[in-house]
Amino acid sequence: MSARMPARHDKLKGKVQTRQLVEFDGVDFSYGANSVLRNLSIGFPRGKLVAIMGGSGSGKTTLLRLIGGQIKAHKGGVRFDGEEVSSMSHARLYAARRRMGMLFQFGALFTDLSVFENVAFPIREHLRLPEAMVKDLVLMKLHAVGLRGAHKLKPAELSGGMARRVALARAIALDPQLIMYDEPFTGLDPISMAVIANLIRRLNSALGATSIVVTHDVAESFKIVDYVCFLSRGEIVAQGTPEQMRTSNEPYVRQFVEGHIDGPVRFHYPAGAYETDLGLGG
Amino acid sequence: MNSAMVRGLRLVGQLAVDGVWRMGAASRFMSIVLRRSATTFRRIHLLIDEVYFAGALSLIIIVVSGLFVGLVLGLQGYETLKRYGSAEAVGTLVALSLVRELGPVVSALLFASRAGSAITAEIGIMKSTEQLSAMEMMAVDPYSRVLAPMFWGGFISMPLLAAIFSAMGVFGGYLITVVVIGVDAGAFWSQMQSNVDFWDDIVNGVIKSIVFGGAVTAIAVFEGYDAPPTAEGVSHAVTRTVVTSALAVLALDFVLTAFMFTGV
Amino acid sequence: MERTTIDLWVGIFVTAGLIGLLVLALKVGNASSVSVSDGYAITAQFDNIGGLKVRAPVKSAGVVVGRVEGIGFDNQSLRAKVTMRIDKRYEFPKDSSVSILTSGLLGDQFIGIDGGSDAELLGDGDRVRLTQSAIVLEKVIGQFLYGKAAEGGARN
Repeated sequence: MSARMPARHDKLKGKVQTRQLVEFDGVDFSYGANSVLRNLSIGFPRGKLVAIMGGSGSGKTTLLRLIGGQIKAHKGGVRFDGEEVSSMSHARLYAARRRMGMLFQFGALFTDLSVFENVAFPIREHLRLPEAMVKDLVLMKLHAVGLRGAHKLKPAELSGGMARRVALARAIALDPQLIMYDEPFTGLDPISMAVIANLIRRLNSALGATSIVVTHDVAESFKIVDYVCFLSRGEIVAQGTPEQMRTSNEPYVRQFVEGHIDGPVRFHYPAGAYETDLGLGG
Repeated sequence: MNSAMVRGLRLVGQLAVDGVWRMGAASRFMSIVLRRSATTFRRIHLLIDEVYFAGALSLIIIVVSGLFVGLVLGLQGYETLKRYGSAEAVGTLVALSLVRELGPVVSALLFASRAGSAITAEIGIMKSTEQLSAMEMMAVDPYSRVLAPMFWGGFISMPLLAAIFSAMGVFGGYLITVVVIGVDAGAFWSQMQSNVDFWDDIVNGVIKSIVFGGAVTAIAVFEGYDAPPTAEGVSHAVTRTVVTSALAVLALDFVLTAFMFTGV
Repeated sequence: MERTTIDLWVGIFVTAGLIGLLVLALKVGNASSVSVSDGYAITAQFDNIGGLKVRAPVKSAGVVVGRVEGIGFDNQSLRAKVTMRIDKRYEFPKDSSVSILTSGLLGDQFIGIDGGSDAELLGDGDRVRLTQSAIVLEKVIGQFLYGKAAEGGARN
């Protein structure tokens, strides 16, 4: 036994099994003159559930799109499983995306396909399976999100929370290594929110996947995630476990967690003196 | 005065630069669509779905308008030709106008407003609801899975629709002049056949409809993909599709006619 | 929408389109009579072909027997050289004559063949010796007016 162990260890080493599944290394990104990410370095450890938090426009969604290779970093590197995303060929990128799942903000279900066909879509596109097996797989995925009974419905007939659960079933259809959630709690009632949060946690453990949740919902995400990372104006201002964040003295985190109106994030959009604008200066 | 002129020139310059930009973007886009078209023909059901969407759904409007255009042509043609004592030539008149011009042009205009706008709206909505993005993230290429089949579906449908339009028009002309007015059926058909040439008239008409089909569908697919991802953006894109297609069809028609029906 | 329904509609649509094309080609156009590819070619020389065009019909006794295949100019004889392809079902004696005729007063021009009485038949590549050129309307009118004028002058 001891003779075989080192050999297996070497094999793993040969594949460069990094501890982090996704790594950002000094990434800069901007839309035109509008800088979104600045010298961002962050790692997402395998098998963990990490939340990226920050106000609107803090570059959270950009982060996910960089991982998926839909946009390219202007500076620095984004690595998925040890491989630089921006330098992948078309074929390599698509191969990498097969190992990712993404839940879009409003589900992005195909409106002309039924719930069943939506979940079956990635399976049919990528695997040549007999129809019976496709059916079993789809029903299993739908069962996992509690919507097996709704497989005949059209997306238009679903509530917001249900649509997102179907989209989640579709995102995990190919058992991805990495699941990304773009604002999964937006616009949901408290029950649906709890359902989704619970599913995110359960699926992460069940699939052994790495999850990245982009959100600004403090209450729900703190209950489920392993790590939290606060993003403000394209930079990381704080990171750690939810407990550490709750007791953090970082003013931005305090403001965000407790929801103060004024703090490091100003209530007022930058402007000149109020008196001057009203003509009371003189 | 001077500054107004400068402003005017600047506007012209801006429009020109914008136009060139869009042309470039559209060409680049279409070259990607064409390069990734292999899937469309490997998975024939993708194509069949789009032929249904662009072609079969436009069938009714094409059949009805073709019939009415033929009826009107027959009636007007008869009224005019009667004065010169050559009412039998009405078959020739109807057939030549339809096969050379009205068939390809009118069906292309109808196609742009029925199928072109639908293609733009469909793609625009898929983009604004992140369906195309979602597809990309599922490692399914939207170019080969959605855009290329849509383009080819429209491209194939258009010549067929134009042929149906022309055939229905000739039938309409036959109905009104032969059945209703009582022009001799034999003279109607034989005059038509001896004056409509297979290569010069019919094949050239089909070539026109193929060119129009390519232009209208390319515009529709590009506008849809290029639409800003908002409700307003999509609705503007649909309008642009119809307007641009109509202008493109009429301009191309002039160019093609100049090449085909003059000279020899 | 069911898969089979879509297939059915697309089937109807494509069939209707192809039938439309076929109707245009056969019923409206003259494609039905254009197929004389497996015939034999004969040539003839004319002083003047008028407005004769390639693919104009070749008729004998009013029946279309072939098509004009090519029109050229012969540098030696300084005359127009017309190549016709005749359907192999029709045979003409060697001494047949060809003339350029006009359908109606202002109609299109075509070639008429009048059969001769020779025992030998025209074959592929043969040349027809007896030809009559196109009647050019301007010339005819000119001659008519000239004749009238001359007549008038004689009477005075």
